Amino acid sequence: MAQNASVGLTGRPGWQRLWSDERTRGLIYQLLAVLGLALVVAFIVSNTIANLQRAGLASGFGFLFDQAFFDINQKLVEYSSTSTFGRALIVGMLNTVLVSAMGIVAATAIGFFAGVLRLSPNFLLSRIVGAYVEITRNVPLLLQIIFWWVVLSGLPKVRDSLALGDAVFLNNRGVRLPAPLFESGFEWVLAAALAGIAAAVYVARWARRRQQLTGQNFPVVWTGLALIVGLPALVYWIAGSPVAWDIPEPTRFNFRGGFNVTPELVALWIALSTYTGAFISEIVRAGILSVSKGQTEAAGALGLRPGQTMWLVVIPQAMRVVIPPLTSQYLNLTKNSSLAIAIGYQDLVSIGGTILNQSGQALEVVGIWMAVYLGLSLLTSLFMNWYNRRIALVER
Amino acid sequence: MKAILKGAFAAAAALLVAGAAHAATLDDIKKAGVLKCGINTGLPGFAYTDDNGKWTGFDVAYCRALSAAVFGDPDKVKYVNLTGKNRFPALASGEIDVLSRNTTWTFSRDVDLGFTFIGVAYYDGQGFIGRKAMGVKSAKELDGASVCIQTGTTTELNLADFFRVNKIKYEPVPIETNEEARKAYVAERCDVYTTDASGLAATKTTFAKPSDHMVFPEIISKEPLGPLVRQGDDQWADIARWTLNALINAEEYGVTAANVDKLAAKATDNPEVNRMLGTEGSLGAMLGLRKTWAVDAIKAEGNYAEIFERYLGTKTPLGLARGLNALYTNGGILYAPPMR
Repeated sequence: MAQNASVGLTGRPGWQRLWSDERTRGLIYQLLAVLGLALVVAFIVSNTIANLQRAGLASGFGFLFDQAFFDINQKLVEYSSTSTFGRALIVGMLNTVLVSAMGIVAATAIGFFAGVLRLSPNFLLSRIVGAYVEITRNVPLLLQIIFWWVVLSGLPKVRDSLALGDAVFLNNRGVRLPAPLFESGFEWVLAAALAGIAAAVYVARWARRRQQLTGQNFPVVWTGLALIVGLPALVYWIAGSPVAWDIPEPTRFNFRGGFNVTPELVALWIALSTYTGAFISEIVRAGILSVSKGQTEAAGALGLRPGQTMWLVVIPQAMRVVIPPLTSQYLNLTKNSSLAIAIGYQDLVSIGGTILNQSGQALEVVGIWMAVYLGLSLLTSLFMNWYNRRIALVER
Repeated sequence: MKAILKGAFAAAAALLVAGAAHAATLDDIKKAGVLKCGINTGLPGFAYTDDNGKWTGFDVAYCRALSAAVFGDPDKVKYVNLTGKNRFPALASGEIDVLSRNTTWTFSRDVDLGFTFIGVAYYDGQGFIGRKAMGVKSAKELDGASVCIQTGTTTELNLADFFRVNKIKYEPVPIETNEEARKAYVAERCDVYTTDASGLAATKTTFAKPSDHMVFPEIISKEPLGPLVRQGDDQWADIARWTLNALINAEEYGVTAANVDKLAAKATDNPEVNRMLGTEGSLGAMLGLRKTWAVDAIKAEGNYAEIFERYLGTKTPLGLARGLNALYTNGGILYAPPMR
């Protein structure tokens, strides 16, 4: 083919011959486009640097090592006002990860339940779920976050806290729970828990293989539960209960001891998971409907009960349709968690904003924001793509 | 969220338009025909909307005086409402020409952030407000309390310092705007609210029963509040600085909104007044403005005392005494350099 073309074009000058070749021409166009893009980017970058220098603003990430001087109320790692800006950003990032992870778990559970119930033959049930989906899906998330925050601020004042056995206190400043204090010997309990999980996984695999070979059932759930819960509990008892509890006590203003789950975290969590859960339920519903009716009928003919049909036949096939859009919902949830700033939950954006204001390093902070969200999203996508490949239909 | 978006946009805008804003701010303002003045999102006494929906207050009065000095008309102002967080990117990017939003003059803001503070319009200090029912008499008794703060402010930093130095614990409850912080305090999400003492007085007036609340005696910081401009345009900084000084000097020399026209009609026997009002010398021309720049500035809302009494003084709901903000001749520390 290529030979033919060059034969047909002999006699013309070399550049013209090149130009007439579709592939070469395409390559030249693409080169020009890349060059143009690079020029625009280079212009923006150099212009920015020049103007920042003219404005007397130092650029660079050195400020991350400066002292922060401000406090944060929810910190998963050690932090105080004498820590650095960099550490404050890590605290903020972990708070973002925390609420996103909690949200993803809850939204998935809500979404699968609501998706299945929506298809329920029970009229009332399916309509109630339908109403939930339509309401949460069609009201802006920001309003829902503020709504839940306002609802939670209507909880009893701190001096009239609802107490549960003098150990758990609920008020409009959050839920105050007893905090576990681990003593020596607890590492054995932890080891037992890990061993229990490993054993349960092994039993599950063994039981599955046995069922495929012989058709015999094995009570996997009960054995697994006994291994995961029972084994550590036994070790806990043998080691002499190596956990003490730090029980919250009321003081003049708040409570001392224990740990506090702030209403900001709870409001954000509820709003994110119910909102995303509604979208996931629609995805699940579409996935279930995509499985042909013949599958359900065949399962029924084999004598499977409706529940078994759903979880063993329909859902596994629906998952192939569900996973890709589900990934998008997880990414959305993570990114939407940045709305936290509306109610003062100190996530990455909130703390970054404070740092931006105190240090004046606007471009750097915005850059860090984008990089962190991009990183989190890519990690989520990677994991979900791996899972998607794993459950993909193996065609023979 | 909005604040963050604005901040991000300002940063993006800085990318695209930076450069335009640096050279001659005065020319740009004259060309635009409007002064872009950054003010609070709403703080009684300092920046609030009146019954007609027009922005007014102590900080707004300065914008109007500056507009009058530049244009001879106090109404050529475009107000840009800014939170504690997005005010600096807005100024740095040229979204506003001057920031008059009870902003504390600090070393790092002046030096590191690349701004020029043009003077002190109000000497303030950070305090706490709490419920009388708590039975707390001093901020040092606040061990374990929840404290509402506006994020991105010096108060946030002072608060952390105060509790660290006094070795007491607290739970910070960070809030974006003064209004939301007020709501959180009213809902008892926090035990005390901290901000500048003037802001506390302003916020207290909005409570259902102001007498149930008390401002603690401790003032934990110096908060000299004043307008600021971008660094690098000294002419514009001079105009902003001397407009403020003219208002303070006008009080000292007894020039008011009512008598300024009469005093400016012909030279008086006070050369200082004559130079300020343009009947002697050429101060206006030195700034690149009209002869009557100060006359117009004073006519806008009156001299410093008139502005203070109208928006903050003892006859207003805020009921603030002049205190440190009295002239040096009356026991305060307000002292403007001479008009010479």
